[in-house]
Amino acid sequence: MIEHDNSDLATRVEALEALLLEKDLIDAKTVDQIIEHYETNVGPLNGAKVVARAWVDPAYKKRLLKNATKAAAELGFGGPQGEHLVAVENTPEVHNVVVCTLCSCYPWPVLGLPPNWYKSPEYRSRVVREPRKVLSEMGLELSEQVEVRVWDSSSEVRYLVLPERPAGTESLGEEELAALVSRDSMIGVAKPGQGSSP
Amino acid sequence: MSEELLDATGPAAPPRQNGELVFAAPWERRVFGLTMALVERGAFEYAAFQKHLIAEIGAWEASHPAEERWSYYRCWARALESLLADQRAVSLDELRARVEVLEQRPHGHDHG
Repeated sequence: MIEHDNSDLATRVEALEALLLEKDLIDAKTVDQIIEHYETNVGPLNGAKVVARAWVDPAYKKRLLKNATKAAAELGFGGPQGEHLVAVENTPEVHNVVVCTLCSCYPWPVLGLPPNWYKSPEYRSRVVREPRKVLSEMGLELSEQVEVRVWDSSSEVRYLVLPERPAGTESLGEEELAALVSRDSMIGVAKPGQGSSP
Repeated sequence: MSEELLDATGPAAPPRQNGELVFAAPWERRVFGLTMALVERGAFEYAAFQKHLIAEIGAWEASHPAEERWSYYRCWARALESLLADQRAVSLDELRARVEVLEQRPHGHDHG
């Protein structure tokens, strides 16, 4: 959504970039490459591959729950904001959901950059106070029997939810399973395969 | 049919693999890129930037002009400005002066 004061901000950023270039603190090509990298290479398909591997390979799942940064690196995913990755496992009894109450901490190497709702003041404050209600508003109804755990990301720890493998997917291969794993299911605001048919 | 084509959250959502546009405006992607380029260059640690980001978000949530809507990347831009000013890399005066110069450009300027 474009706001009216966007042009002010655009000019300020343009001025800042010009000064940084003149002071030789950045070069424009590097900036372009970094943006392109985050727009095209880094995204939740990486996390989906991690989850699918954990579903089919119990030894990998064990390593993921022990040290998610290392387990993600096994599949080639690492970099800024992925240094202290922790995977939290959903079970029939426990549902995990992730937030960053102070800003927007998020595991970039496996999920990409966070969606707008994740950064919004509303989600950040409400999901801690009334997680069930927020999840229900986002389309995820949980039974009263299920315990909801809310994890607050910080500069020290970034969380990745390991969702439950959907029933009836025994015949699917790793790639097909990965296609079921949405970004939202790895934040904990949806279930895998929600809204899509395998 | 068009709804299916516009589905941005499914597994077939590339090239924007986040399932939605990551940036809502060109200046947002630019200020993100500038920040990460500075981190990559070693100008500052991301953690140092994050402290400023947390402070800007907290300040906005504590109080902001009634007509000003929430913008995550506005907070981000302000955080970068204040960090660079703290580091004496780019002062706020310098930045204001440059903004004024840019604002003098005739309307509808281009880079040609």
